[in-house]
Amino acid sequence: MNFWSVMYDLCMGFGMTLKLFALTLVIAIPLGLLFCFCSMSKFKPLSWLMKGIIWVVRGTPLLLQCVIVTFIPSVLLKIPNKDFAAMLNLDKMADLQFIFVLFAFSVNYACYFAVIFEGGIKNIPKGQREAGQVLGMTKLQIFFHVILMQVIRKIMAPMSNEVITLVKDTALARALSITEIILVAYEKVNKYAVLSPLFYAGAFYLAFSGILTLLFHLLEKKVCYYEVT
Amino acid sequence: MEDNKYLEVRGLCKSFGNVNVLKGVDFTLGHGEILTIIGSSGSGKTTLLRCLNFLELADKGTISVAGEELFNGEELKKGKIKDAQLREKRLHFGLVFQSFNLFPQYTVLKNVMLAPKLLKKGNKQELEEKAKNLIANVGLSDKLDAYPFQLSGGQQQRVSIARALALEPDILCFDEPTSALDPELTVEVLRVIKDLKTTGKTMVIVTHEMEFARNVSDRVIYMRDGIIEAQGTPEEIFDNPENEHLKQFLNSGKTI
Repeated sequence: MNFWSVMYDLCMGFGMTLKLFALTLVIAIPLGLLFCFCSMSKFKPLSWLMKGIIWVVRGTPLLLQCVIVTFIPSVLLKIPNKDFAAMLNLDKMADLQFIFVLFAFSVNYACYFAVIFEGGIKNIPKGQREAGQVLGMTKLQIFFHVILMQVIRKIMAPMSNEVITLVKDTALARALSITEIILVAYEKVNKYAVLSPLFYAGAFYLAFSGILTLLFHLLEKKVCYYEVT
Repeated sequence: MEDNKYLEVRGLCKSFGNVNVLKGVDFTLGHGEILTIIGSSGSGKTTLLRCLNFLELADKGTISVAGEELFNGEELKKGKIKDAQLREKRLHFGLVFQSFNLFPQYTVLKNVMLAPKLLKKGNKQELEEKAKNLIANVGLSDKLDAYPFQLSGGQQQRVSIARALALEPDILCFDEPTSALDPELTVEVLRVIKDLKTTGKTMVIVTHEMEFARNVSDRVIYMRDGIIEAQGTPEEIFDNPENEHLKQFLNSGKTI
């Protein structure tokens, strides 16, 4: 077994892990905010629908959701996955698999984020919103200029938990043959009959979540420059 | 428009579920006058103030300022009042809260400037200069860059008065502005309100500070159980109260 060639392949695998991680975050954060607004909507049917979706998504395994998503085109739209890939201009099935995984991850994490956002928003004293109202601000202005910063401050800790969990959840993507780092490590284990690639993979996760912890720490310092009286 | 009817409130009713909090409130107030509203907790004082600021929408009745009808309970029922209209009408009134409600993430200057900036009331320089003046008027020029948590309660309340004035409301309302403050901090806030009186600002003040109410008001309203039980000049209310409930209310403070 050549250590460097194994390392190279693990790095490629971790690249895929990072790609899924980053894209999920980029989609799930705004989507979570949208879900949060839907769930808090005064229009009850929308609110109930959203709460139902959140219940289902949070109540079932992400692994199961990843698998079920792959059946959406063929069962719901009656389009075989091959044709579906062609429709999306994807030349490789692996790309379609990645899109399925990304979809499942984004919706799943958006649901968790939505609950965190909602908790954060409800936690802001109602006097803050009223102060904005009597000053003639619009609802959007109140949200973006008064509430949002305070919510961000409140949700830092639960968000850092979710984000670090996401790093490790990406390993589930191997169920759809996404060549993320754990799948690569397994291949090496089978090929060379040694366990060490799994430990190397673990070290990648550990290092990355360490970096994230540090980043969150810095961010927290930046956001918590004031106290709430 | 008669001069003593700058603010005119007619038949204001408000209930929450089946609790009637306001049961038909009528009063008028002249331009530049100060009205204080007294009464025990739960008498509807705060709800009345919140209705004036449209934080609550009254079920019935009308609110007019300078002869212009701003609110009519009938129109509300027909669903005629839109959010944008409401925002515009709200600007006739300012409100200073009992709990200040400053924005904790912004400095004193930004707290005062934020709304005028968002409502595009002028260019940045003008607004900043104006905000600085307002802050100077409440005696906090040295705190422009301080955050609310670095201020005492009295200082926070003075900032919130400056913030409310920044939008130049026709009528400034105070909801128990000193109830959350220690006695020594109460004085500095009351002094600011007294100073405002000299500028001719029309004000409506809900307060438990009877001495202050007597000294500063042009008119006093005594509320009990959702209606105005007595109203008049400070002399009529405090020195020669005729209403039995009002007498009891005024005496209750003296027995301790």
